[in-house]
Amino acid sequence: MINQLGNYSLYIALLISIFVISKTSLSLRKSSITLSGNIFSLISVQSIMVIISFLTLIYAFVTSDFSNETVYNNSHTTKPLFYKISGTWGNHEGSLLLWLLVLTIFLFIFTVESKNLSQRYRTLTLFFQQIIIFGFLLFILFTSNPFSNLFPIPNEGTGLNPILQDPALAIHPPILYLGYVGTSIIFSSALAAIISGSINKSWASHIKKWVLVSWVFLSIGILLGSIWAYYELGWGGFWFWDPVENVSLMPWLCLTALLHTIFTLEKRDIFHSWAVILSITTFALSMSGTFLVRSGILNSIHTFANDPSRGVFILCFLFILIFLSILIYFFYQKTIKENLTKPYLISKETAVLLNNLFMMFFLSVVLIGTVYPIFLEVINNEKISIGPPFYHKLLIPFLIPFLFFMAIGPNIKWINDKIGKINFTQVSIFIISIIVSYFFVKKYGVSYLLSLPLFILSIFLFFITIKDFFGKRVNISQKISHFGFSLLILSILLNGVLSKEFSSNMKVGDERKFLNKTIKFESIKVIKEQNYQSLIGEFNIKDENNSLSLKPELRIYDQPQTITSEADISSTIFSDNFLVFNVLKNDGFYNVRYQIKPFMIWIWISVILISFGGLISLKKKNV
Amino acid sequence: MYGKKVKLRILFISLLLISVVLSIYLILKSLEENVVYFLSPTEIKSLVQIENKKIRVGGMVKDNSIVINSENVNFVITDFKNEINVSYSGSVPNLFKEGKGVVAEGFLKDQSFLIAEKILAKHDENYMPPEVAESLKDK
Repeated sequence: MINQLGNYSLYIALLISIFVISKTSLSLRKSSITLSGNIFSLISVQSIMVIISFLTLIYAFVTSDFSNETVYNNSHTTKPLFYKISGTWGNHEGSLLLWLLVLTIFLFIFTVESKNLSQRYRTLTLFFQQIIIFGFLLFILFTSNPFSNLFPIPNEGTGLNPILQDPALAIHPPILYLGYVGTSIIFSSALAAIISGSINKSWASHIKKWVLVSWVFLSIGILLGSIWAYYELGWGGFWFWDPVENVSLMPWLCLTALLHTIFTLEKRDIFHSWAVILSITTFALSMSGTFLVRSGILNSIHTFANDPSRGVFILCFLFILIFLSILIYFFYQKTIKENLTKPYLISKETAVLLNNLFMMFFLSVVLIGTVYPIFLEVINNEKISIGPPFYHKLLIPFLIPFLFFMAIGPNIKWINDKIGKINFTQVSIFIISIIVSYFFVKKYGVSYLLSLPLFILSIFLFFITIKDFFGKRVNISQKISHFGFSLLILSILLNGVLSKEFSSNMKVGDERKFLNKTIKFESIKVIKEQNYQSLIGEFNIKDENNSLSLKPELRIYDQPQTITSEADISSTIFSDNFLVFNVLKNDGFYNVRYQIKPFMIWIWISVILISFGGLISLKKKNV
Repeated sequence: MYGKKVKLRILFISLLLISVVLSIYLILKSLEENVVYFLSPTEIKSLVQIENKKIRVGGMVKDNSIVINSENVNFVITDFKNEINVSYSGSVPNLFKEGKGVVAEGFLKDQSFLIAEKILAKHDENYMPPEVAESLKDK
C-alpha cells in the first residue's frame, strides 16, 4: 500500500506542475505579473511530494517489498543495507526519479535564493523549469514508473548487478546528477533573462553561483566514475573514451567554457549572446547524456540493456526543448544589449575567447567521436567503434597551444595590455621547462612525436601556476583550479608514458619474471561473505630490495550469478602497484594482470583541487 | 568601397570560416583512419581480401573452446553460422565465459584466425551483441 503513496504523490506533483505552468505562462506576454505567495507554496508542496515518493521507493528497497517491480528487478534480501539504499538509483526508474528529485529541489532553492531579483525573471525561470519538470513527470509516470505492482508477489528479487555494488559507484549517480540538473536552472534562467531583457552583469553574478555549483558537482561526479572504473573494471585505466564517459565530459567542457564566459560577462559586460548559447548547449548536452545512457543506443561497454521507446520519448522531449529555446533566442535576441566597446587583441577578453574556442573544439571532437558511430549505423547499418587513437590524435596537437595560452592568459590585464615588455620570469621559466623536459625525454627514451612539446608546455604551465600563487592580488580560487589542471595534465602524461603492464596465465605456485621483479602466485583462499563467495589470491612481488604482497579478490555472487574482480592496489605518492586476477575455466589457470601506474594518485588529487577552486570561488562575494 | 570596419569584419568572418572548415576536415580525416569496423564471423568469411586493419569481431564464445596455456588464451567466436579462431594474450574481463557474448579487437591473420589485442565482454550478464541477437533471430 505504501508503494501507492509514492505513485499518488507523483500525480499530485504533475497536477501542480500543470497549474504552475498555466499560471506563469501569462507572464510571457505581460511584464507586470508578480509571483504570488500562492505559487511559492505550490512549489514547496511539489518538492515535498517528490521527496515523499523518493522516500517511498527507498523504503520499498530497504524492506525488500517485492510487490514493487523495480525492487524485484534490482534488489535481493541478502544484499547489505547500504546497497539496498543505493540500489534505489542504481536502475533506470529510480535514477530518473532522482533526476526529478534534484530538479524540484533545485527549483525550490532557486525560488528561495533569488528573492531580491526581478519578479518577471523569477516567474519566467519558474515557467521553464516547470516545463522540464512536467516532461520528466510524464516520462516517469507513463514509460518508466518505479511503482508498478507485481502480482503474485515474488519471494525473492533478482538482485543488483554486483559490479554496481561499490561505494564509489553508490554515490556517483547522485553527485553527477546534481551537476547535470544544475544546468537545467542555468538553461531556464538564461531563457528567462533573454525574455525579460536582463542579460547583464547582475544576471551574470547571480547565475555564476549555479554555474559553479553544477561545475563542481559534475567534476566530482566524473572523478568518482573514473575511480570506480580504475579499480573495479580491472583494466587499470582511468579513462577509456567510452561513449558513456564522453557524455559526461561534453557538458563539463561546455560548462567550463560557460564558467569563463560568465566571469567575463560579470566583469566586462560582454559576450551576452554567447553566454546564452552556451547555457542552452550545456543543458542540451546534459539531457542528451541521460538520453544516450538510458536509451541503450550507445554501443558501450557500460550499457545496460534497455527499452528503446524510452529513448524516443527523451529524444522528442529534448528536441522540443531545443526548438523552443532556439525560437526564443531568435525572437528576443534584440533585447540583448551588447556592449560594443572597441576590443583589443592583447587583453584578458581575448584569452577567455581563446579558452572558449579550444573548449568548443575539444567538445566537437568528443561529440563527433561519440555520435558518429550511431549515425553511421542508422544510415547504412555499418557497425564501427572509435577508440582512443582518434581522440589522442585530434586532442593532443591542440592541447599544446591550449596549455601555452592557459599559462600566459590569466596574467594578461583586462581591456588592453601591451606585449612590448617581455616578461623575464616567464621566459626563464620557459627555458627551464625546455631543459627539464629534454632530459626527461632523453632519459626515458620516450619517442612519441609530440611528447617533447607537450612535456615542455605542461611543465611550463605547472611552474607558471605555482609562480602565480606568489603574485600580488591573487585570485586564489582560479589559481587553485588552474594549478589543479596543470597537475592533471602532467600526471596523465607521466602516467601514460611511464606505465608498465604485465599479464599472464598462472597457476598457484607459479613464478614469472617482469622487468627486475619476480611475481609469485603464493596461495588462494575461499571466504564466505553475506551475499557472495570471495576467492582471495596472494601474490608476492619481489625485486632486489623490496617485497610487496598483493591480495586481489574474486567475488562470486549468486544473485544474479556474476563474478567480479576486485583489484588490489598499493598506492604510494609516486606510483600505484595494481594487481587483478580472474578465473577463466576450472583448469587451475588464473588470468593475472600486474601494472605499475606512476602518479595515479595525483590524477585524483588534481581533479579534487580543480573542484576545490570552484568551491572557494563560491564562498567569495566578489571574485 | 567598403570602410575599414567592414573589411575587418569580413577578414574575421573568413578566418573563422577557414578554421571551422579546417577543423572539420581534420576530424573527418582522422575518423577515417581510426575507425574500427565491427564484423561478425560470417561477414569475415565473405571478405574478398584481408586488410591489415584493426577490426572488432562480435559473437558468442563457443562451448568447450577455451584453451589456456601460460602465454595465451585461445578460443572460438561463433555466430552460429560461422566461426573464427582467436588467440589472445593479456587480461580478460570477468564476464568472458563459454556460451556468453564477447567482442574481440585485433588483426586478422586469415579468414579464420584473429590475433586479438583486446577482449571486451559486457557488464550485463544478459547482454548479447546485437549482431548475435540478429543472427540468432535469422536461424
